[in-house]
Amino acid sequence: MINRESVAGRIAKFIFLGTWLIITLFPLYWIVVTSLKSPGMIFKFPLEYWPTEISFDNFIGLFSKADFGTYMFNSLFAATMTATVVTLISLLAGYILARFEFKSKGAVLGAFLVTQMIPAFIALGPLYNMMSDLGLVDTRGGLIVVYIAISIPFSTIMLRGFFANIPDALEEAAMIDGCSRIGALFRVLVPVMLPGIMATFIFSFVNSWNELFLSVTLMNSDSNKTIPTALNGFITSFNIEWGPMAAAAVLTVIPTLVMFAFASKYIVQGLTAGAVKG
Amino acid sequence: MSIATRSVERGDSSITVGPPDHNNRSRKRRQFTRRRAWTILGFLAPSAIFVTIFTYYPMLSGSQMAFRNWNLNDLSNTDWVGFNNFIEIFANADFWGVLGNTVLWVVGSLIPQFLIGFALALWLRRRFFLRGVYQAFIFFPWAVSGFLIGILFRWMFNGEFGVINDLLLKTGLIETPIPWLSDPHFAMTAIIIANVWYGVTFFAIMILAALQSVPDDLFESSAIDGAGKIRTLFSITIPYIRATLALTVLLRIIWIFNFPDIIYGMTGGGPAGQTHIVTTFMIDLTQQGNYGQASAVGLIVVLVLLVFSTFYLMAMREKKEQ
Repeated sequence: MINRESVAGRIAKFIFLGTWLIITLFPLYWIVVTSLKSPGMIFKFPLEYWPTEISFDNFIGLFSKADFGTYMFNSLFAATMTATVVTLISLLAGYILARFEFKSKGAVLGAFLVTQMIPAFIALGPLYNMMSDLGLVDTRGGLIVVYIAISIPFSTIMLRGFFANIPDALEEAAMIDGCSRIGALFRVLVPVMLPGIMATFIFSFVNSWNELFLSVTLMNSDSNKTIPTALNGFITSFNIEWGPMAAAAVLTVIPTLVMFAFASKYIVQGLTAGAVKG
Repeated sequence: MSIATRSVERGDSSITVGPPDHNNRSRKRRQFTRRRAWTILGFLAPSAIFVTIFTYYPMLSGSQMAFRNWNLNDLSNTDWVGFNNFIEIFANADFWGVLGNTVLWVVGSLIPQFLIGFALALWLRRRFFLRGVYQAFIFFPWAVSGFLIGILFRWMFNGEFGVINDLLLKTGLIETPIPWLSDPHFAMTAIIIANVWYGVTFFAIMILAALQSVPDDLFESSAIDGAGKIRTLFSITIPYIRATLALTVLLRIIWIFNFPDIIYGMTGGGPAGQTHIVTTFMIDLTQQGNYGQASAVGLIVVLVLLVFSTFYLMAMREKKEQ
């Protein structure tokens, strides 16, 4: 330890990191506080930074006045199905792109990367037309299929990074022992890179859980709405009701927050592996 | 490989002089490469099928709409109109304002994101008590969708009951409430603040990973040479991780350019269209049913980003060679 930190440096560091932590967490704190206030308290001066009386009316209203339980179920269903299928499919593609050399490999990777750069909105109109021709508009399956397609490129690139960290010898040994390639992949490699797979799963789960524009475009009926679509509905109506909105926001954020808290370390690994090495 | 060539090869083998097992081995290798090709194809097929049908097909078919008179309100005439949509967009004064906003949005978000992210990364490089927990906490913005972030900040920046005005008034920094979202300049500031809040984490993570790739002896030898902290930063650390920094910045620029979610949730492009960037403008056109012009805007975005990325990467390469 040669360049030891000075006291002043340590204080500056502490203040900076502390300030940023407060800035980062404050919006979460504020939305929770808002969601626990009754309508009268939300619009009352002076603003209360900790509600003197806590009310769960906003949460109750979401389930009694709106059909928030259905929206939550729809989101949960879409996100779980998407993440499961995407992780499986991307596992195969990521494995190939990490282990094999072939002529069109650059083109395949390029085709995946390009999808991340083109504004998705260029595809919204035609996608709607196509889905309506296929009879998939306003169906849960249709939405999931589209979510799978948009999540594959990123998940594949992420999993490719995790495969690259595992020595070839592992599956070669298994294959010499008589395992098929797919057997070696699932029996030997998958257990070793489970954290990376979980991170990929969570990443595509959270992205589907949060997705707005596709679901607004494809889902019309109230019983098929996902949470973001429902929130969007809260806005476009003439006035925003901030109490229920805050409660809905809290319910939307909590599951993803918990998942990210557990997987953040591996998500960071997955994101940075490719960028720093390549 | 066709049957004809295979039989010729087999025919050839009968007249080959040489050790018999050589021939056998090459057949085995052919068999092996064929199996290898099928493995590659089979493993890539599911993702290729999904991406082709549900991403590439709509994107390409969306691109051709840019050259057609495609309006949902009147589908009786969807003729090819050449570059008409582009001409109309360039003639639209709103579009140039939107382009200006987009540049402001990208540059105004990127610079603070980069600086704060860099500072965080530098200070997170060294282990300290609860560093892991700290990192998990500042990860929080990433769990929230851009749209929801827009809504959270819309509420906090509310002119009457917003907590930000309240805090500013309480600390005496302002004397009258700021009409954050109903004044164009303040609204632009507000959406950029929200985007900075969201984007710092990404930079912090990427730069931290890059910093951790710098060998420790590099820092130590520079300390022995008596270089100060600031000089070490500029003459050792930054040059060492320059490539990662450059790539991260490029990815971010592309991404912020294409990122309408926060604006959509926060101002919807308002007041009076003053906070539109190209992608929210595109959403607006789509919602009006004007698919042709929306696609044209999309193609302009792709073109601008492509040209920009090319020049950017060329400039980076030149600098490296110097």
